[in-house]
Amino acid sequence: MRAVAASIVVVVSAAFIHAGTAQPLRVCSDPNNLPFSNQQREGFENRIADLLARDLGTVVEYTWWAQRRGFLRSTLLAGLCDVVIGLPRDVEMARTTRPYYRSTYVFVTRKDRGLRIRSFDDAALRRLRVGVQVIGDDGANSPPAHALSRRGIISNLIGYSVYGDYTSKSPPSLIVAAVARGDVDVAAVWGPLAGYFAAAQGEPLDIVPVSPQIDGDLPQAFDVSMAVRPNDEARLAVLNRFLQRRRAAINRILDAYHVPRVPAVSGLSRTNAVSGFSRTDEAGQ
Amino acid sequence: MRATFVVSLAVLIAGCGRIDAANRRGEATPAPSTSRTSTRAAAGSGDWIRPGKDEASTRFSDLNQITRDSVRQLGPKVTFSTGYLRGHEAAPLVVNGTMYIVTPFPNVLYALDLTKPGAPVKWKYEPKPLAAAQGVACCDVVNRGAVYADGAIFFNTLDNRTVAVDASTGKPRWVVTLGDINKGETMTMAPLVVKDKVLVGNSGGEMGVRGWLTALRTGTGEIAWRAYHTGPDRDVLIGSRFKPFYSHARGTDLGIHTWPGEAWKQGGGSVWGWISYDPALNLVYYGTGNPGPWNHEQRPGDNKWTAGLFARDADTGEAVWFYHSDPHDLFDYDDVNESVLVDLSIGGAMRKVLLRPNRDGYLYVIDRTTGEALSADPFVHVTSTQGIDLKRGRPIENEAKKPVLGKVVHQICPAAPGGKDWQPSAYSPRTGYLYIPANNLCMDFEALEANYIAGTPYVGANVRMYAGPGGNRGEFIAWDPVARRKVWSIKEQFPVWSGVVVTGGDVAFYGTMDGWFKAVDARTGEQLWRFKTGSGIVGQPISYLGPDGRQYIAILSGVGGWSGAVVAGDLDTRDGTAALGFANAMTDLPQATSKGGTLYIFGLP
Repeated sequence: MRAVAASIVVVVSAAFIHAGTAQPLRVCSDPNNLPFSNQQREGFENRIADLLARDLGTVVEYTWWAQRRGFLRSTLLAGLCDVVIGLPRDVEMARTTRPYYRSTYVFVTRKDRGLRIRSFDDAALRRLRVGVQVIGDDGANSPPAHALSRRGIISNLIGYSVYGDYTSKSPPSLIVAAVARGDVDVAAVWGPLAGYFAAAQGEPLDIVPVSPQIDGDLPQAFDVSMAVRPNDEARLAVLNRFLQRRRAAINRILDAYHVPRVPAVSGLSRTNAVSGFSRTDEAGQ
Repeated sequence: MRATFVVSLAVLIAGCGRIDAANRRGEATPAPSTSRTSTRAAAGSGDWIRPGKDEASTRFSDLNQITRDSVRQLGPKVTFSTGYLRGHEAAPLVVNGTMYIVTPFPNVLYALDLTKPGAPVKWKYEPKPLAAAQGVACCDVVNRGAVYADGAIFFNTLDNRTVAVDASTGKPRWVVTLGDINKGETMTMAPLVVKDKVLVGNSGGEMGVRGWLTALRTGTGEIAWRAYHTGPDRDVLIGSRFKPFYSHARGTDLGIHTWPGEAWKQGGGSVWGWISYDPALNLVYYGTGNPGPWNHEQRPGDNKWTAGLFARDADTGEAVWFYHSDPHDLFDYDDVNESVLVDLSIGGAMRKVLLRPNRDGYLYVIDRTTGEALSADPFVHVTSTQGIDLKRGRPIENEAKKPVLGKVVHQICPAAPGGKDWQPSAYSPRTGYLYIPANNLCMDFEALEANYIAGTPYVGANVRMYAGPGGNRGEFIAWDPVARRKVWSIKEQFPVWSGVVVTGGDVAFYGTMDGWFKAVDARTGEQLWRFKTGSGIVGQPISYLGPDGRQYIAILSGVGGWSGAVVAGDLDTRDGTAALGFANAMTDLPQATSKGGTLYIFGLP
């Protein structure tokens, strides 16, 4: 059995590396989730996939699938593709590369308001209208929403679905547009969304990483990696080499999309924060 | 506020005038029955035209050719593959020699000709719902069935359309779109037709939708009225006729004031369960889903009108009373389960009541005229609350079981799917028992877990479910609502996720998630017969009189739904938190059954 598995890995990775023989780079991606990706290939994950494919001397072949519950199960793990360009480093259902960026939740405000909010402990958060991203699973929330409700900041929160309006060109942009329009005074938004959509608003917006970055046991910053199937060691090695070699080019892409980054903090998300993205524990009998 | 309410109602009523009064239902009306139950309990017709058999939702068939003796000779007469693999939760309908079945997504409606050998397909209607709707549905892409009236079959599609299809030709009479999948809305419930209106509701409490019940004109699909379950009284259709029994439901605009800030705008309270109707009182009864998408600490207050039971005027939609089963729900205890309308002798007087085996694990007996809870007894192991305070009309909270983020809370019973989920019970006026398909599940809220969706990392509680005391995950219970006790029960390995039918032959039928379709003695619980179907059963059995004058029993087999998603959705059971934590309790289901939808019709030799 082991011998069979090993030979499959060899065949696949050989085809992957010798891409001159026209094996495309098979990527699963959300067709409508800027700034990450869309079907017109306008997202930064599309750009990074292009870079990777060029390096491998091949082209990208996409499987489009909304990145919602069941995304990995229906795509990467079902064999529809071989690579997902952006996933948290600690996701347990897939094997992830070394992280290629680390971002953080940020406070978004209008520059002309001069609010200068940096911390969840800022007293102004008790009286302002505060936009947060809402998820919908039982007990689940965006880390800033948890941090605020822990502090009793509740009645002035306005929720924006993390899915956004999927009929629009940029579903998750609503929460940032709400700040620009003045519907909310401040919003706590995942950095890559905030940076990209803030730059696209006519109104100048401030973007400030939330603090504390680890709020008790709640992480507000996360490492992002590429992902392959759990047993796909050969491909993982190829991707890790690519990420190391093309670090500068990848950073230029992230800069072009205004993705706010924070320095990597080794091991923090596992040891100091939550149980990471671990989902293997079989306890609970 | 009141003025606005009156004006908007007047507009709605004016809009109702277009219906042709002659366009009335032609089929048999329920015949009166005797004994201790309501006249609504039994329908004389051998057909099965609505999900609950009668408007009282008893799921009692008075047919008695199949008896406790003869049932042992029951065998399959017809099988039919639907061609679909997800959870088959619908009840088949039988009208004038034709059987109608609705599949899970893509919600194909089949008409099978029962007058011909092998029940061949007469026609099929394919509504072709948007594929993207599958990514929105919380818990498998199920459909709970259709209803017949006025020569048409009415049902909902996952992408929020209500469809009226001509029952003879299979051609659509009208199609209306009532919600938007891009806002997290889907529709999975079976409609009920009351007089000239078809009542439908939306799903998606987890997605931040604002729940509603909508009445459509059966002739045109035009909206007659819509009642929301959060927000101002005028949206909830609360006016001068609203007389809740308990004081905590009295006040102005509680659908706003029992929420912080504007949280009510995304408050949940969807309608994806069952509706009953009492023609004497002209009231419809239905429950509302859990509040969401906010965590409970973000929505201090009672969160009205979520997770409770409404009685409304069937013509105008005006609220008449509300019973708040789970104010400020902590555990995802949607209150959408069936209301079984019966008249019972309680304390020496006949009372018009409704029976509700609820998610929270209590069997409620509620006066359906006033909304007073007469009794509420646990029918499964309950730790999440310490009982129901009948004087105040609300649960007695258990602080020790309150989920707090970052804190581990063990042994919350029942788990989120409740002592019983949507799978409907049946009531026999012959035995006086309610037959409850139950879960025996508890759950732990574990520490923070990080996750990722739509490009965005988030954190939440790690929910794991497992078998309650005794180790069995399901139980089939006969309950005496007058004596307020369990009469007998059958322990089942898996949650009993099928509906029930009980017959005039005193036989009760239900299915198990590992595919057994069972007949038991309605009086003693003795197992009389069983048949292994091709897949796990999460559907609803029916009993009907065929064109040949013989009694048949029909059931859709095809595992899925929230509990069966580990098979229907190929979930990895090593991930115990998949299917919102249900996968942990179902790790052995993939070994016990495989997916695939098949109709089975059983009859005597």
